Amino acid sequence: MSVTDRVIRIIAEQAMIEPSDVALTDTMQDLGIDSMGLVECIFALEEEFDITVPFNANEPQASDFDISSVETVVAGVERLVARQKD
Amino acid sequence: MKRVVITGAGTVNALGLNVPDTLEAMREGRCGIGALKFRDVERLAIQIGAQVHEFDETAHFNRQQLSLYDRFTQFTLIAAREALAQAGLEFSGELAARSGVVLGNSGGGMTTLDENYRSVYEEGKNRVHPFVVPKLMNNAAASHVSMEFNLKGPSFTVSTACASSNHAMSQAFQMVHGGLAPVMITGGSESMLCFGGVKAWEGLRVMSKDACRPFSANRNGMVQGEGAGVFVFEEYEHARKRGAEMLAEVVGFAMTSDASDIVMPSKNGAARAIAGALHDAKLNPQDVGYINAHGTGTAANDKTECAAVADVFGAHADRLMISSTKSMHGHCIGGTGAIELLACIMALRDGVIAPTIGYEEPDPECALDVVPNEAREARVEVALSNAFAFGGLNAVLALRRV
Repeated sequence: MSVTDRVIRIIAEQAMIEPSDVALTDTMQDLGIDSMGLVECIFALEEEFDITVPFNANEPQASDFDISSVETVVAGVERLVARQKD
Repeated sequence: MKRVVITGAGTVNALGLNVPDTLEAMREGRCGIGALKFRDVERLAIQIGAQVHEFDETAHFNRQQLSLYDRFTQFTLIAAREALAQAGLEFSGELAARSGVVLGNSGGGMTTLDENYRSVYEEGKNRVHPFVVPKLMNNAAASHVSMEFNLKGPSFTVSTACASSNHAMSQAFQMVHGGLAPVMITGGSESMLCFGGVKAWEGLRVMSKDACRPFSANRNGMVQGEGAGVFVFEEYEHARKRGAEMLAEVVGFAMTSDASDIVMPSKNGAARAIAGALHDAKLNPQDVGYINAHGTGTAANDKTECAAVADVFGAHADRLMISSTKSMHGHCIGGTGAIELLACIMALRDGVIAPTIGYEEPDPECALDVVPNEAREARVEVALSNAFAFGGLNAVLALRRV
């Protein structure tokens, strides 16, 4: 399963919808994921990929991890996974 | 001052997952104590407890809720749903704004703590679920009750070890009695039957390895239980106007501190609390027909409690009945007073006195009518509920038949 598919599976589970209903351009808000749900998503991504996501719930925008849409999250995870392999 | 009545009751404990089942078990003198079942139990010296089995949390809560509800919160919410369904109350507008929830609890989310300590210390993981803190905090149960039922008035958690529930219910009583709130949801819960929880208690060397036998000469310690008891305390006129069923009236309470020892009970502190509750309720000692004892089954508590009762009641001590239902549902710590209040309600409303089971040998230092082994029918006008906690903090409630 690709990184994109794995990220979508985690986000879909959090949003309690089918992975096929998640579009790459969707925002967390579009998917009905609130701030608590987002923190749970990030935890699940860390567990799935064994990465540490630099995310502070106090200033989500200032974090070096773009959560503005599903595709930015995928890109962020890919970058962290690549960095981990270095 | 306003009169306060109980218009709803709910529970989850080892005797039953609701009030009718629990009262039936108390009437039959059934024992909820058995072999503990959880991870690493074989490493414990104490392997018995009154654990809640056959409880399927997924039948009551969805996945998202379960990520936020420790077992003590789950018990509380189920008990609160039962109590509020019986009371038939819904909260909106002014009623919601003024009504609140005060619950007793001692250990907080002990299972959550235990599981997460295990994962970071034993399994070496460096990451825990993001909701560990909101799940384990002692006020989680009270907060979730406030959210589920839209209670926007005074809400908090009281933590006084084994007297937590009685202190909480005393606070709730005071709020309704004083006119601060028309309705208060109150009681308490506890769930510390996990490896770390029982291991800590084991260290104190006060736990029995075989049974809880309060007041019996061969008693050898307490047995821990788990569960919740939740009640609706309502202002009398408010309840009367809407035709609510009244289970019992709460007529008084008292709280005292021994100010002497962190674990050893004091006869004087207990006696002052019992006498204080009578005084607050404007009752004579002869009015009391039943006392639900703290009755832990330890050598120290039971003889101290009996001596305190003898001091306060004099000759009447030999005429009243006093039983410890901990022999059946175990010592549910911060939730125990709430679960035990059910026995007081059963005595007042149904005229059935729950027994002290496991009673085998009379103890001259506990020479009272402890209703040994079998429930008894009796008409009771007034009942007391005793709770004497570690730390020397005592709380006694007085209830009257309606």
